[in-house]
Order: sequence, then structure tokens, then C-alpha cells
Amino acid sequence: MSDQLIPDPRAPLRPSGNLRRRQLVSRAAELAATAAAVTAVTVLAIVIWTVASRGIKAIDLDFVFTGYPTGIGPMLLGTIVISLVATLMAMPIGVLIALFLTEYAGAKGVRGMKLVLDLLNGLPSIVLGLFVFALLVDHKQQSGFAGAVALAIIELPLIARGSQEVLLLVPQSLREASDALGVARWRSVLTVVLPTALGGIVTSTVLAVARAAGETAPLILASSVFDPKTFTVNPFESMPNVPVWIYKLSEEGNPEGFTEAWGMSLLLVSFILFASLGARALLARSKRKLSS
Amino acid sequence: MNPPDQTVPSRVRIQTGAAAVPAAVTGTTAAPAFRPELVFDSRDVSIFYGAKQALTAVTLGIHRGEITALIGPSGCGKTTFLRSLNRMNDSVSGFRIEGSILYHGHELYGGNVDQVEVRRRIGMVFQKPNPFPKSIYDNVAWAPRNLGLRRGLDERVEGALRGAALWDEVKDRLKDSALGLSGGQQQRLCIARAIAIEPDVLLLDEPASALDPIATGAIEDLMHSLKGRFTIVIVTHNMQQAARVADRTAFFSLETGGEKPVGTLIEVGETERIFADPRDPRTRDYVTGRFG
Amino acid sequence: MSTVSHSAARVGGRAGRMSPLRKRLDLVGDRLLFGVCLLAALIAAATIVLVGYQVVHGASPAISKFGFGFVYETTWQPNFGTFGAGSLLFGTAVTSAFALVLGAPIAIAIGLFLTLLAPRGVRGVVGPLVELLAAIPSVILGFWGLLVLAPFVQAHVEPFLHNTLGFLPIFGTPETTGLSVFTASLILTLMVIPIIASISRDLFQSVPAELQDGASALGATRWEVVRGVVLPTTSNGVVAACILGLGRALGEAIAVSQVIGAGSAIQASLFKSGDTLASRIALQFPGALTELHKASLYYCAVILLVISLAANLAASWIGRRFSYGGAVN
Repeated sequence: MSDQLIPDPRAPLRPSGNLRRRQLVSRAAELAATAAAVTAVTVLAIVIWTVASRGIKAIDLDFVFTGYPTGIGPMLLGTIVISLVATLMAMPIGVLIALFLTEYAGAKGVRGMKLVLDLLNGLPSIVLGLFVFALLVDHKQQSGFAGAVALAIIELPLIARGSQEVLLLVPQSLREASDALGVARWRSVLTVVLPTALGGIVTSTVLAVARAAGETAPLILASSVFDPKTFTVNPFESMPNVPVWIYKLSEEGNPEGFTEAWGMSLLLVSFILFASLGARALLARSKRKLSS
Repeated sequence: MNPPDQTVPSRVRIQTGAAAVPAAVTGTTAAPAFRPELVFDSRDVSIFYGAKQALTAVTLGIHRGEITALIGPSGCGKTTFLRSLNRMNDSVSGFRIEGSILYHGHELYGGNVDQVEVRRRIGMVFQKPNPFPKSIYDNVAWAPRNLGLRRGLDERVEGALRGAALWDEVKDRLKDSALGLSGGQQQRLCIARAIAIEPDVLLLDEPASALDPIATGAIEDLMHSLKGRFTIVIVTHNMQQAARVADRTAFFSLETGGEKPVGTLIEVGETERIFADPRDPRTRDYVTGRFG
Repeated sequence: MSTVSHSAARVGGRAGRMSPLRKRLDLVGDRLLFGVCLLAALIAAATIVLVGYQVVHGASPAISKFGFGFVYETTWQPNFGTFGAGSLLFGTAVTSAFALVLGAPIAIAIGLFLTLLAPRGVRGVVGPLVELLAAIPSVILGFWGLLVLAPFVQAHVEPFLHNTLGFLPIFGTPETTGLSVFTASLILTLMVIPIIASISRDLFQSVPAELQDGASALGATRWEVVRGVVLPTTSNGVVAACILGLGRALGEAIAVSQVIGAGSAIQASLFKSGDTLASRIALQFPGALTELHKASLYYCAVILLVISLAANLAASWIGRRFSYGGAVN
């Protein structure tokens, strides 16, 4: 410890010793990190730009509202119905799981349930496709419902996790207040806790729908043989839907089909972008409101 | 020796009201026989966070090789001032500083000052012990390694730990995690970590506030032993501590000059005088316990 | 606070005089709500078991016919009734490993950029954008890969790599289409990046500010703070995030099937076509020839399921051992 490190503390505050080299390394690392972020954003921009510029050529009123070959209306309707059915299944179960996590489960229960949700979330969607095929399609027939079950399994952990986060933000004092008032648990959950968190629950559901709406793998097995000309709202038969139709057109290699596929991609991407951006903004707002 | 613009022999200044009025005429007859060398020379320093002013017009000199204590009620800006001495506030959003702080005559906030070099010379120990989640040895060895001081590293680590009065307690478990140490040991480890690179100045931000009385005593003993080797500035809300360890004491307070209270330097001088014969009534109220 | 306890005391009296009917209703209501919540939780757990059962059940003919040899046999000839997933497993491993090796450093760098470098405004824009990359449906990414990326890769990237690094067998002669293991890996990289980036950003944000202050107060440069403090305190979580990303890459079927070219052989060159477990299921299941063919595809799904469950368990196990506050998700 005898050697003086700074020969003169009165020296100007310029880099001494090896600092110049270390600063250089640091700058290089900063540059690399910035470059990585720029790369990711650039790629995203290229993808979005391609989809938008090529898709816009296909889109007009007929494209959205008529059937094949002038439009993709049936596919759009089918995707809406399938997503709706899926959400009708996933949302109640997801919210109940969230309630289970926040209101009832002990530490062990929470850990186990979170693991279950993680595992569900990690299931490859193609495996879910085979699952609903084996359960609902094999020896029967394809159906939008079978696809909806698979999408519901995809949505479930997302809704449960999102709702749980919002429910955790509901102030404990609200619960204690109604406990102290002698109000039964179920009443306070239904009349105080859930309504307070409702905004957040809805937005996390929207996020989950946005994630599931473009899922293709399960639908290839559950709802892929359909007539692109016919509008249908019956989920118990095979339903036309956007993702599978994009997939088919992309496999066919026909330029007109490509244009159509770009058009559908644009519709799908815009829905997803607006839904997730809007939901995210709302979620941030309602979280702020709850935590303030 | 001193930069030519440093003229005031004794840095004792009294401020009255919100505006700083340098009153260098304290004890005029006791004309100084020596000129203390100034490490820091802060002139009219005001600090803002966004629109909020935290500190106004602080003019204060820090003598080389001495211990200077900054005392005052909470929120009076003493920690803000301390953190501005090694530019730790730079990363706080909205931080702005007016006036000038000279470090050995060099403008600390000057254009081509290297922040890393500043912190390398001016070390800091924080209120809450913050050892890295590494081994005890690596906590101390980390900064010297960065500086390229690989030769004699073991001796350097031992020296720093001895300097921080921690060696005997940890010499047999240098490879153990630092997080297993007690709070007081962790804080002394943080001091060891700081002196391992032999800084010019040590800034201590309420280093004992999170510790029990015995650990506090150990830290105070340690400060006495470090005195002379380093210039030390310590923020404390504990007046007895200031009285026990400091050569000079500066008293800060919250003053309501404008509409909002702003941290202000009230009085600075030899510690004994500040406690025995404060010139400003606000200082007297504080040190006699009538306030804060 | 005092008002609450005050009124509680007051209402407590009333609660004591609550009608028996209401009391019974509350008892039933409490039990009912708990029961329904528990049921929902059990449904979720049962779903995993049921998925496992159905897939294994579907695979059972192939399991009894080929046994464990299916995993490493490389012949896949539906017309002759011989099936082995060896080359698919190889393709899955190569594409996922490639995606992780390329994607993880980029993603971690993005996480660091978002936490430590980006000004607040940039952070608020780039963060959501990176997450949007994760929201683009795989079929669209695959379609883009097919029509935009693959021709570009074939015309520019593959020849460049072949010419400069061609002495490595992995950079062989480019094919004519650009539909290759290489292109598939790039698409998977795009899918892996947002997952790892957003988790690592959250992890880096959870590193206590006082630790970083402590490091920079010792005269450390920004990079030294990252290397010495930020990365070591979050390393477990970052590894878990990478495993999650890996799981995503392993299981992706659609986008891969669109750009990998559906080849069957194990080839050293990344520029040849290949196939993965998931992609093979998506490509062949709808038109499967025989029950054995179907069962073999189910068998592929079993392998996939085992790997993805293992990956997720590993990620959550490592994530839980995360030392310094915070956690994955």
C-alpha cells in the first residue's frame, strides 16, 4: 500500500492511469448495446413496412366484407368467432385462478400455481394443436370450437397472470375494511375487489386475445378444411380463419394469393398492434391509479 | 500553493436569512497564522432537482486532512451537498447545479472533467451498507483490479481491511460472501473497499445511521484512525457523533425565504466552537436540542 | 385507520345480530367462491396432465413399434412405414442453438440499453417496440421470411459467408431458394430476442440502485458497473430467460415450416434445407398417410413436450434461486 496511486491530487481531473483505455472499452460496450437496440427496432420497422406497403394494395371494402375470391370476409368472421369463443372460456377461468392466487392460496399454493401457469405458457402451440385434434377432432370433424379450446389454453396463463398482477394492486386496506365491517369474504371479493380491478382484468384479456388471434399451429389441425366463400358463425363446424388462410396462400406460391396474404397480414398486425398498444396504455393507467 | 483566487483566510462564514452573506470577519483579531489547504472550495452553490430547489448559495471550504461534519435536520440538503462533491447526483434526473465547486482549484463541474476520474479520487460510503454480492475479498479487490493494480493485490486487500479495522474479523473467511457479514461489518467492508484504491477524499453519508451503538462506536474509532490519511466529509444527523469525530462542523437548515423551504448553510466553524459558542441563534437552537 | 376500527366496532355489534339466513348465505357463498376458484386452478393443472396423456396416447402405436430408437433413427419414409426423429431432433437443436447464440447477446444488450443507456423518452418508445416484435404472429413472420428474408439471405448473406468463412463446413454452397436451416434460425432469432430482452430488462431494473452507486463511487466505468455488479447479480435470471427463449425456439412450428425447406437429411451446411420436430408436425400431420405416420408425429410432439416442460422447469428452478431480490416475471 506504499505506492501512491495518484502522484498528485492536484492534477487536473483528466483520466489518469489506465482510465483512458477503460473508458474506451466502456464506450465500445455502450455503442454495441445501442447498436443492438437499433438493429431490433430496424428489423421490426422493415417487417411492419413490408406488411403495410404490400398489404395496403389488397385492402378495400370488398376485401374485408366479401368472400373468396374477391375478399376474405369469411376468414375474418371466423377468426373473430374463434377468438371470442376462446376468450369466453379462458377469461372466467383465468380470473378465478387469479382470485385463487391472491385471495386463497398459501405460499405453497401460489408457487405451485405459478409453476402450472408457466408450464401452460411454455407448451408449444403445435402440441396444443395435436391435443385438441386428439380430444375433439379425431374420429369426429374439425371445428372452430376445437381451435378455440387450443387458443383458450394459450390465453389462460396470460389472463391469469395479468389479472393477478392487477388484483395484487387492490389495496389490502380495502379488503381489511370490509372484513372489519363484518362483510363476508365472497361479498367483498365480488363487490369491492373485482370491480376495482376490472379495468386491469379487461386490458390483460385484450392483450391475451391479441396474442392468440394470430396463432396458426393449432388451427391447422383443428380448423383448416373450409370453404373460403361461405360466411359461418357456427363454431361446431370447421371455420375459415385468417392465420390458416395466410399459411395456405404462402405455401401455394401464387402471386395473387401473396397479395391477399399481405392484406390479411396487415389487418391482423394492425389489430394486434392497436389492441396491445391500447391495452398497455390502459393497463399502465389503471395500475397507476391503483397504486397511487 | 493555493490557487490565486482563494483569498479568504478563514472559511468561517455566517449566513443570515435566505441570502448568503459572506461574513468573513469572524474573530478578526485571531488572524490566522496558517492557511489551511482547501480540498473543496464551494462558492455560491445552489442545487435544483427539476423545478425544486434543494440547496441555496452554499459557500464552504473543506480543509485537507481534516474531518468535516455536515449536520442539520433531515431534508436540509446536507446529503445533496455531499453527493454533489463527487458528482453522484449527475445521474439523478432533473439535477442542476449553479455556482462553482473547486476541487484542488479545478472546477469540479467543468467541461472536460472525467466523472470516473472524479469518483476514483473522491470515494463515497453510503448510508445503507451496500456490499456487492461477491466474496469479502472480491469486494475489496474489485476496484483495484479495475484500475489494473494486480501486483500485490493480496497485500492491498489486507491493508485496506486492516485500515477499516475489519481484518481480524474476516481474515479466515475472505472467500465467504460479504452478504453474510453483520451490518456494522458490511459498512466497514464498504469503507475498506473505498480506501483500497487510496482516494484523496472519503465522503461518508450517515455511515452509522443503520447500525447499532456498538457498530457505530467502531465506525467512529475507525474515522479517527483514518484521519490524516484522507480528507473526510461526513454527513450525520447525530450531533454527538459530529462532536466526537469532526474537526469542523457545518450546520445546514431548511429556511423559508421564498415560498418553499430551501436547504441553506447556516454556520460553519471549528466543531468545539459550533457546539460551545454558536454565533447564529438557529444553530444554537439546534445544537441545544430546541429544534430538530 | 381509526375511523375503520371505530366503525368496525360499531358494526361488529350489528354483525352479531345478523339474520341467520344471511349468515348461512354468507357461509355458502364463501365456500362456493373458494370452491370455484380452486376448481379453476385444478382445471389448469389438469389441462397439462391431459395434454400429456392425449399426446402420449396418440403416439403409443409409434412408441410400441419403434421404442426409444425413434429418437435417434434418422430415416423418415412415410411410404415405407419407417419413422425416426433423429434428423428432426438435429434440425431442432441446430436452429434453436443458433437462434440462442445469436439472439441472447443481442437481447441482453437491448435489456442493458433500455435500463442503463436510453434516455427516458427513448426507453418509453423502444421498450414497447421490442415487445411488439414478440406480438407479430409467427405465420406473418414466416411469410415475411419466405418472401423477403429468404431471397435476401440467398442473394447476399449466404454467398458472403460462404466466400469469407467457407472453410467451415457449416457455411457450404448456397442453394437456389434461400429456404434453409440458416434462414429458419434467423427467424427464430427474431422470435427469441424480445422474450429475453424484456425479461432481462426487468431483471436489470431490479438491481438495487445503491449497488450500482456503490460501484460507480469506486471509480468504475459504466461497463465495469455492468460487468462487475449488474450482470453477476442477475445472472441466474438471465440464464432462466435464455432457457425460456430456447423453449420458444424449440416449439415454433409455423414460421420454421415456411422457411426451412422441409429437407430430411442431416447436413453440416446451414445453407441446406432441413426440418424440425414442430415444423414436421405442422407440415405433415394434416395430410398424414397412415395411422403409424400420425402416431410418429405424435411421438415427435411427445419429445417436444418433454423438452419444453424440462426447459420451463429448469427456468423456474434457476429463476427461483435468483439471489438479489426480484425474480423472473
